Amino acid sequence: MIEFRQVTKRYDSDHTALRQVNFSLARGELAFLTGHSGAGKSTLLKLIMVMERPSAGEVIVGGQMLNKLPKRQIPYIRRHIGVVFQNHQLLFDRTVFDNVAMPLEVMGVPARDIGRRVRASLDKVGLLNKEKMSPLQLSGGEQQRVGIARAVVNKPPVLLADEPTGNLDPELSADIMHLFGQFSQVGVTVLIASHDIALINDMQRRTLTLDHGQLIAGGGHGG
Amino acid sequence: MAAEPRKRAGANKASSPWQELAESYLVHHRKVARESAERLWRTPVASSMTWMVMGVALALPVALLLLLTSLQGVSAGWENSARITAYLGEGVPLERARELRAEVLDDSRILEVELIDKEQALAEFRGSSGLEDALDYLEGNPLPHTLVVTPDETSRSASGVETLVTRLQGLDGVERVQVDLGWLQRLNAMTDLLARAVWALALLLAAAVVLVIGNTVRLAIENRRDEILVAKLVGGTDAFVRRPFLYTGAWFGLGGGVVAWVLLQVSLWWLSGPVERLAGLYRSDFALNGLSFDGALALLIVAMLLGWLGAWVAVKRHLDDIEPGEVAGG
Repeated sequence: MIEFRQVTKRYDSDHTALRQVNFSLARGELAFLTGHSGAGKSTLLKLIMVMERPSAGEVIVGGQMLNKLPKRQIPYIRRHIGVVFQNHQLLFDRTVFDNVAMPLEVMGVPARDIGRRVRASLDKVGLLNKEKMSPLQLSGGEQQRVGIARAVVNKPPVLLADEPTGNLDPELSADIMHLFGQFSQVGVTVLIASHDIALINDMQRRTLTLDHGQLIAGGGHGG
Repeated sequence: MAAEPRKRAGANKASSPWQELAESYLVHHRKVARESAERLWRTPVASSMTWMVMGVALALPVALLLLLTSLQGVSAGWENSARITAYLGEGVPLERARELRAEVLDDSRILEVELIDKEQALAEFRGSSGLEDALDYLEGNPLPHTLVVTPDETSRSASGVETLVTRLQGLDGVERVQVDLGWLQRLNAMTDLLARAVWALALLLAAAVVLVIGNTVRLAIENRRDEILVAKLVGGTDAFVRRPFLYTGAWFGLGGGVVAWVLLQVSLWWLSGPVERLAGLYRSDFALNGLSFDGALALLIVAMLLGWLGAWVAVKRHLDDIEPGEVAGG
């Protein structure tokens, strides 16, 4: 589902964020991406989302090579990738429902389907009764769950998460990880960037470890 | 622009995916159009300031254009009544004058020739000048026979009249030919000049409108930066992200057009009395014409297009700068 072949990302200022990274994630696989801060976790996620392009090598998502993807095709790729951010990226001037509905609106889903699918997604994260609230009225954990509902509302085959439990206490973090596990069980490829080692060890899943831009563990197996 | 008619959803169960997509596209357009309008409505003071600026900038050239067309109407009216007066020599007898009249009338470019013989002319002069007593002291009749020539419609242009004048001047017995078109030509020259000035002004003000809207929309883009970022993150196309701002521009334009129209109607109403009096003094049927329905519609459409264009400029310039790259952090 996600494949990196000899991917190198160099920024202008002699700073190499990723060095010849190779790995591949199968459909329905859940993996962690870890490493010290500045090791290249965010860069790796950005390459999958086509926010950045690799300096060398190939990034393949869903069988599509992203290197030479024309700029106007990028939105269509992003529709297949759900993303959860540490700082949620929710819009506070609209309701929870409208926040979650955004990916569907962008895709031009008919209004009557939007209601059904948004509620299904909110139900999944256990926030069905808060759809009319503003995200500001919710707790940090709830906001994060709204972010997850938004990321999965259009049933993307790939789900990325950047430090999704960064600001949460361990119990809430475990809840959220449990949710991600459920998504991978229904065939979603999930990649979670995190440096919460305890949590990662608890989950006993494949872990990709980056160190100064090099993949030092976890790259070997997988489909 | 806003409300495209749409078949009721759900009535046709067998609608194809394409139909469904087109339908949701239209629904989305309507929603965006409505939301952008509501957004403007929520900040009435700021919005009406922009509308006023646009209204004034649009009303000015349109008012001048209206004045211009009214003036062109005046000169067109006078060209229709263009007449050439040919004064015959003093010694030319009445028979020769009749021959000349027949000769001139033969010309296909000439519609009508009226012969005013010297006795008739004197009588008219006596009647209109109030110099009856003075004229009695004259020994003879100092007035010549006169031919009043009305050109055919096709020859009523300035150049057509000119060739006729040359032809009349060449006739034996004609002493002087007079066309009182000089002031008409001056008026024409003046309206031509005015027309260019008005168009130049219109162009400048249109550019000003585009810039004003561009700047307003730029601020709107800044205010909604987060929303744009998220829309781009979840796979919104550029067109999707642009759409609300283009509608905002068009709504600004529409409001500006309406303000311009109101300004025009009010000033016309305010000017109509004095203009009528002035025209009456000149025995002219000159009237300041207001905007017709078509004209008003054209004004609104042009205003909307200008607003849309302004928004487009801002969107092109600033929307591409907002890329979600910085969101994910280092």
